[in-house]
Amino acid sequence: MILKANWKYNLCWLILMVAGFYLMNTLILVGIINSFLENMMVTIGINIILAVGLNLVIGFAGQFSLGHAGFMAVGAYATAIMISKTPTAGTFYISIIVGVIVAIIAALVVGIPTLRLRGDYLAIATMGAAEIIRIIINNLKITNGPSGMFNIPQFATWPVVYIMVCVTTIIIVNFIHSRGGRAALAVREDEIAAESMGINVFKWKLAAFVLGAATAAVAGSMQASYLQTIAPSNFNIMESIAILIIVVLGGVGSITGSFVAAGILGVVDAALQNFGALRMVIYALVLILIMIFKPSGIMGATELSFKRLFNRKNKKVGAKS
Amino acid sequence: MTSLLNVEDLVKNFGGLTAVSDVNMHLDDDELVALIGPNGAGKTTLFNLLTGVIVPSSGSITFRGTDGTISLNGMKAYKIANLGMARTFQNIRLFKELSVLDNVLIAMTAHYKEDFFQSVFRLPRFYKTESQIRKEAIELLKIFELQNDLDKLAKNLPYGIQRRLEIVRGLAMKPKVLFLDEPAAGMNPEETADLTRLIRQVQRDFHITVLLIEHDMSLVMNLASRIYVLDHGSLLAEGTPTEIQQNKAVIKAYLGEEA
Repeated sequence: MILKANWKYNLCWLILMVAGFYLMNTLILVGIINSFLENMMVTIGINIILAVGLNLVIGFAGQFSLGHAGFMAVGAYATAIMISKTPTAGTFYISIIVGVIVAIIAALVVGIPTLRLRGDYLAIATMGAAEIIRIIINNLKITNGPSGMFNIPQFATWPVVYIMVCVTTIIIVNFIHSRGGRAALAVREDEIAAESMGINVFKWKLAAFVLGAATAAVAGSMQASYLQTIAPSNFNIMESIAILIIVVLGGVGSITGSFVAAGILGVVDAALQNFGALRMVIYALVLILIMIFKPSGIMGATELSFKRLFNRKNKKVGAKS
Repeated sequence: MTSLLNVEDLVKNFGGLTAVSDVNMHLDDDELVALIGPNGAGKTTLFNLLTGVIVPSSGSITFRGTDGTISLNGMKAYKIANLGMARTFQNIRLFKELSVLDNVLIAMTAHYKEDFFQSVFRLPRFYKTESQIRKEAIELLKIFELQNDLDKLAKNLPYGIQRRLEIVRGLAMKPKVLFLDEPAAGMNPEETADLTRLIRQVQRDFHITVLLIEHDMSLVMNLASRIYVLDHGSLLAEGTPTEIQQNKAVIKAYLGEEA
């Protein structure tokens, strides 16, 4: 029954994704999107992956994590090291999986002790954990220490990033709308009530945290192979905060919001390239203005939903007849 | 046969304060028991001990599960809940920002399985489980006349309906025991009468044991087959409603010493 009702919406999403891909492709072919704009789009894509993952942790499971950049670093270095040694497309895809697995292990190691904390304490602990990851990378030989890695082969072209944005978003959205996601929402809403409903609060917090970390690793892999150069300083606390800004700006608890905010900030950032020192001032002003006039974020907690669009249309038709 | 739930010499100290001292009580199958006592007598603390929210200082709580008697001492709250103990809260703790249906679905979490890969890649099995579990939840909501509010957020429901939803949510866990913490608090007489009918219906149709904390004596005397009276953390009396009404110690605890 649900299967039949849902294929229509799923088809809509599929059409949207394919249409987006071909639109992008055509615009690049006819030259409307030049390499500067393409670079902007890929950065937006990577930021979407990061923000959606962090939104799962903060907006849906209600765990305030400030360590997202650490897991991103894990993915970035896994890919950088592997494809620098054997530069083939196959290695690139394997390196994404390796990055995800290492990030999952790191998230378990970080999450098991820290997720017992709440709110500010959790934020500080996860921030510390991400710093530990960064400092380890900073001091290893294989990662080339603080100077970072250069000339990483480029396998992450825009179509790869586009597909990864779709895949990670589908995984996270589908997780949210399933048994596990509902349990995570219950944890966010009221831990004591969730526990008394027989929900293993700690387990579902950890599940959301680990899933968020895994997608962050994917974003890291994309960044390493697209920009072709990475350094530990790319993954410091400011990067975690930059991702947090996207989540808060878009709306905590709205995946659509993370998309919109990543897009807007990406465009603003690119448009201000020529303003030099003024750039960060204007960027900060945009943030302040949005927070004053829309404190719940651009989208609040609402999502783009074909189901609702269809229902609204049906209601209008029903009202006329 | 042993009782469903057995409490022996239960003690809880908070620092120097003894909130619950040497309480002995038992709950049998399919009965409705009330727990009364003046404010601060330790009723909610006792509830929290029974449901594992706090750990007893000493004494034992045992539960007759499907495979033998289990000690609940020190067991995690969610595990106790999954043994078949549901509860409601004195200050309603619904998942406020979630829909009525989601509130009930969440309570069923332990009663079905969804594989991570099935749900993430939306394999046919996922839709099958999901539609089945939804049907079950809606069926339950129908019994309590909430089927028209499925998509409403819990926080937007009227107070009385929120209380009702909390009970439905508890029942969705398919419990053996349902603990109700002051279900009639803040209700007008009409709503209380509705609630009385509701609790009777729950107990009759679902065959579960209900333990009820309540200050509204009309409700207690109407419903309970047995009453425990708690005062200053220890058990003052136990008996049928008529016995309790005539108990001198109980009257003294509630109204004070005769002049």
